[in-house]
Amino acid sequence: MASAYIWTQGDPIGAVKRLLNILRRQAPDAEIGSIGTTGSARKLIGAMLHADVVKNEITAHAVGTLSRHADVRTIIEIGGQDSKIILIEDGIVKDYAMNTLCAAGTGAFLSSQAKRLEIPIEAMGDMAMQSQSPAKIAARCTVFAESDMIHKAQAGYSKMDLVAGLCRAVAANYLNNVGKGKQIVSPIVFQGGVSKNKGVLAAFQEELGEKIHVDADSHLMGALGAAILSQKKTTHRKPFDFSMLQMEYVTRAHICSGCTNNCEIVQFYRGDTLLDSWGKRCEGSVG
Amino acid sequence: MLKIGYPHLGDYHIPIRRLLQDLFPTAEIVSPPPFTQKTVELGGRHSPDFVCAPFKYNMGNYIEMLEAGANVLLQTGLGCRYGYYGEVQEQILRDLGYDFTFLCFSREKAHPQKIYETCKKLNPNLTFSIFSRAVLQAITRIYFMDQLDYFLREQIGFAKNTNCFTKTKKLFLKELTAENSMFGLYRIFHKYRARYHAIETQMPQNPLRVGIVGELYTLMEPYSNHFLEKRLAEGGIVVSRKMSASFLLFGKRDRRSLHSSRGYLQYTVGANGIDSVVGSRQYAKDGYDGLIHMKSFGCTPELNAQPALDQISRDYDIPILHLSFDTQTGEVGLETRIEAFMDMIEMKRKQQHENYNQSRRGYRLHLHKRRVH
Repeated sequence: MASAYIWTQGDPIGAVKRLLNILRRQAPDAEIGSIGTTGSARKLIGAMLHADVVKNEITAHAVGTLSRHADVRTIIEIGGQDSKIILIEDGIVKDYAMNTLCAAGTGAFLSSQAKRLEIPIEAMGDMAMQSQSPAKIAARCTVFAESDMIHKAQAGYSKMDLVAGLCRAVAANYLNNVGKGKQIVSPIVFQGGVSKNKGVLAAFQEELGEKIHVDADSHLMGALGAAILSQKKTTHRKPFDFSMLQMEYVTRAHICSGCTNNCEIVQFYRGDTLLDSWGKRCEGSVG
Repeated sequence: MLKIGYPHLGDYHIPIRRLLQDLFPTAEIVSPPPFTQKTVELGGRHSPDFVCAPFKYNMGNYIEMLEAGANVLLQTGLGCRYGYYGEVQEQILRDLGYDFTFLCFSREKAHPQKIYETCKKLNPNLTFSIFSRAVLQAITRIYFMDQLDYFLREQIGFAKNTNCFTKTKKLFLKELTAENSMFGLYRIFHKYRARYHAIETQMPQNPLRVGIVGELYTLMEPYSNHFLEKRLAEGGIVVSRKMSASFLLFGKRDRRSLHSSRGYLQYTVGANGIDSVVGSRQYAKDGYDGLIHMKSFGCTPELNAQPALDQISRDYDIPILHLSFDTQTGEVGLETRIEAFMDMIEMKRKQQHENYNQSRRGYRLHLHKRRVH
């Protein structure tokens, strides 16, 4: 399987271009049978690539994980921006929750703290595992967590203990916020970018007292789900044209003055051709 | 000259405008400009940060109306801490340097006689008979609107041509506002009810049904919930929401509600928290496919109701989605949650059909017509 996991760096279109080039290098002879998109920019990228399926990440994650672990009951997913919990019963999603207003239990928090401590984010997990006495760090809120961490650093804790404390804070925050009131039943699968962090995994296992599975492709489950869903839905499509990666994609936004709704219309262009538009709230407005 | 302004609340601005025209025939009624991003920003900037969203939306309306020349502002207050909002809002607006008269019904505990006296001060020609007649008509209009709106919410997702419903509704509201007699209002209601029923729809035999409960402002003002009902309807779902202005006026029976929510609530939890619980339980018993619980961020009564709702969700095996709204504009998160919710109830339904061949629960509509408890 050809796969890649990269940061969008605030530019999803550029990231998709890079991603497709990487994938083409990995599998030069492969034909593209169908395309599915998921995640926050799913609509935009779906329009850009003429995707067969544009699916929300919760369904995509559930489908992806079920394809690997058919008996899964609880999916813990922590990505860069958001974290979610998906409860599954008899192979269908029974309940789910996403983090709401707070980014404390997400990868973004870990990566910003890794920068502060000047350690590569990939090394955090191994460092955390070496710690004998993790620092106690507040889990309620990133701001508190950060000031807690600075205090502990000044009190002379080693970086290892700080990192281990951070990993515990992420796990505790997740269970307090996203997992609040949810019955976490095993088998549990942990996925998303943060699942690569052994420290967080260990913290979860300790808190829940259960074994937690982490798939080798745990960071790709959403993509896998979107791919499976697109496969089911695919129609006879034109062969994918890689030359469109060279084209210029622009998004323009304006306020429609067609009626009193004053919708903010977002239009997405490839070169000069309009691909798609969003944001209209009435029947009459010009797309 | 009097220039009277009032804040927005869904489509109710139409009967409210007519009511004010009846009460103050010589005054000019300043309608609040429709909600835009600017309204919300304006309101948010001049409101305390952690106050709930209706405060901010009201503030935006007030400032825009004052800019448009209004010199009398209306606030109903009442309910939860919404009852104290009038005081704070008035002070903030005065601090901003506006000069106006502020009518706040919660100051008089909404006693009709007191409200009449306040109105009389502004319009000396007002008599009690004119006053009561105008109020009665306004309430009738609101009641009829809500009756048809309930039907519309259930059906609109399945119309062959969605425009039919919206167009008919526009005409209905126009005629309803222009009508002067009680009998006329009744006639118009019946005429349009027939028209609504005549609109062609393609509803499957057992459509997916979702019940909506929660805090009333967020429920009734579609701008503040990012047109959630429309999104659901577009996904081919029957949307049921009993909580509306006429529910607020006639439907609230706290003691009876408490009785029928036994096992979930022991005391009232403020405002409409208890109604959310009773409503949810009713939907659950009727075999609805899902519940959506909406509130503005920081709404304490609904927050109190939340554990009870979760318990209902577990007891009756009905999925529930909690949504909190503030003045944010990012819709991606909301879209993800709603899409996932729709996927979830659809998958659940499919599985049920595989298991039992047909679900054992009913598929009734028109919940609003039945006795609730």
